[in-house]
Amino acid sequence: MEMSRLPVSASQRAKLISAGYTSLSSLSSVSPFDLARDLKISDNEAHEILKVASHSSRLGSSDGSHAIVHGAQTAWDMLHEEELLARITTSCADLDNILGGGINCKEVTEIGGVPGIGKTQLGIQLAVNVQIPVNYGGLGGKAIYIDTEGSFMVERALQVAKACLEDILEYNGSVRKKFQVCEVKMQPEDFLENMFYFRICSYSEQIAVINYLEKFISENKDVKAVIIDSVTFHFRQDFEDMALRTRLLSGMALKLMKLAKKFSLAVVILNQVTTKYSEGSFHLNLALGDSWSHACTNRVILYWNGNERYAYIDKSPSLRSASAPVFCDRERDPEFSFKLVNESK
Amino acid sequence: MANKLISQMGLPKSITNIFAARNIITAKDALSLTEFELMELLDVGLAEIMSAVAQISEIACPAYQTALSLLEQRIQNEYLAGHLPTRLKGLDEALCGGIPFGVLTELVGPAGIGKTQFCLKLSLLASLPANYGGLDGRVIYIDAESKFSSRRMIEIGVNSFPEIFHMEGMAQEMAGRILVLRPTSLSEFTESLQQIKVSLLQQKVKLVVIDSMAALVSGEYEQGLPRQHSLGWHISFIKSLAEFSRIPIVVTNQVRSQGRDEASQYSFQVQSGDDTVEDPTRFDSHVVAALGIHWAHAVTVRLVLETKSGHLGHKMCCIKADDYQRLSRPILSCVEKSKTFQFPFSACLLGYCSAVTKLPIIKIIRLYLYFH
Repeated sequence: MEMSRLPVSASQRAKLISAGYTSLSSLSSVSPFDLARDLKISDNEAHEILKVASHSSRLGSSDGSHAIVHGAQTAWDMLHEEELLARITTSCADLDNILGGGINCKEVTEIGGVPGIGKTQLGIQLAVNVQIPVNYGGLGGKAIYIDTEGSFMVERALQVAKACLEDILEYNGSVRKKFQVCEVKMQPEDFLENMFYFRICSYSEQIAVINYLEKFISENKDVKAVIIDSVTFHFRQDFEDMALRTRLLSGMALKLMKLAKKFSLAVVILNQVTTKYSEGSFHLNLALGDSWSHACTNRVILYWNGNERYAYIDKSPSLRSASAPVFCDRERDPEFSFKLVNESK
Repeated sequence: MANKLISQMGLPKSITNIFAARNIITAKDALSLTEFELMELLDVGLAEIMSAVAQISEIACPAYQTALSLLEQRIQNEYLAGHLPTRLKGLDEALCGGIPFGVLTELVGPAGIGKTQFCLKLSLLASLPANYGGLDGRVIYIDAESKFSSRRMIEIGVNSFPEIFHMEGMAQEMAGRILVLRPTSLSEFTESLQQIKVSLLQQKVKLVVIDSMAALVSGEYEQGLPRQHSLGWHISFIKSLAEFSRIPIVVTNQVRSQGRDEASQYSFQVQSGDDTVEDPTRFDSHVVAALGIHWAHAVTVRLVLETKSGHLGHKMCCIKADDYQRLSRPILSCVEKSKTFQFPFSACLLGYCSAVTKLPIIKIIRLYLYFH
């Protein structure tokens, strides 16, 4: 591994290289005191450099020579963990089905679609559903709602919360006969209270809030869902340097992924659509370009099929590509319930 | 928030100086670079950069509110929890009380359907005294198509609110509250927007109407690409205008026929050969809302006005609340299919409601033409 990839400051790197330490392996057997003497820096500083170097070389040598690497997990353990992992229901059986039970915790899920298809509605729904108590098959968590567009409707959130509560009570009623489960003492207002709402007005604020989330969540441990509505808006306006945009976006995606893993919460990113020219014709495509499309673990596209809303799994490491009609009504109104359509890619 | 100065964030002195020396003055400057770029540029170790960026982020990040406090705030501080009632019963129900404050509401429809009429009525509603259910404020009316007619407006007023408009001097008072701007080009419009921003707070403006957005833009740009770019600024500006002054902004939009090679499908839809029926956003099957998808994403509420053959074969106007329709019913699964509200829209709107309940609507339209 080259010295240039070592994350130390430029002047320290220059000193290292001029003192003859051109590769990481050359640092592996040197003591902090020798290094300090060679580079004419303090012992502490030398110690820091060696710490960084040993950390980097551990990351670099993933050639399988070590049977047990620090921080790794066996696939078997991961499977076990995945089975225990909670999912947030979308309140739509068919959509839950193709998602394998709902929106996964520990993963970043991107949901995109044309204006008016219901991205914000789905976002609000998830922010409510994550709060369903554990006894009722939910996560009993809190939600962070990051609104970049100003389209969050608090009245709507209240309506969704009321409907969700009704559903819980209904479920409670049917179960109580058997188990004598205690009465739910939740109010729709409680759902709203557990929704942390950030209103973001520029792309730099968007980056700031995502940087800050780590601290915020470690103070509010029961946050189980982060919803960003939408990731696109500010990055679509007056951005001239596209390379910078890509760098910032991918940095953001990495941080979100880290958050999802660290606090085992679900990150849901809503995205807009744009038109893209390919193979001789224009098609709709999710915005922010090709490199962004790698950023999320799962990608779901909502689209119109006639007068019906459908969801399509565009990308997922574990689920097969499928489409299903979404947004069936709670009352299972014949007009609103559809049958599942599966297709193999 | 993003323009906060790094020098005032209480970072360690040494690192503050380094930021200043590299001309990284505001939080925005710092956050526009990745941590590694910063490390390279400032020549500081990763740990220091990380902690500095974390602190800058925390300070630059706007404070959160719980959704509950947001709701309480609205109910406490704003008329009808932040809605301007349209007095069209079905529509008000669907919109949770009326045109919402703080966001962009768009009226889309073919020429002659009554978009301008609707705007005139809304302007009146906003200027009415509070004890008559209005917002008791001024209205800024940006008339890009030169369609605003004071006479017609007063006529609507006299018909809909006779008790007010027959009072001495009230018609003058009401009409005096409506300020009409007539920009002839996009740059003029841009200028007036910037002026409005200043006067919004001082002048007790309660509604901004832009009639129409499409006229301004399509006159100026023919190509697709520059339009997208120039609109980008207007979109964020108008949205922020609505947001920071907490007033409703109503924008009308034209329809245009759909180009042949226009995208309305994803590539996977084409591949899989789904028997995709036409897009429902394409009402009338050949026309789409002008200004494109980028604009459509920015609009919070889109009301589509369209004609439907009602009973007796006469034309009826209906309003389709594209985004809000689902709000009409508290349902668990978030969205239901958008249905259409049908009501004799022009009748209620033009103030002939009680007189003409049984009359075919077409007569009312004629009546209006005669007065016009």
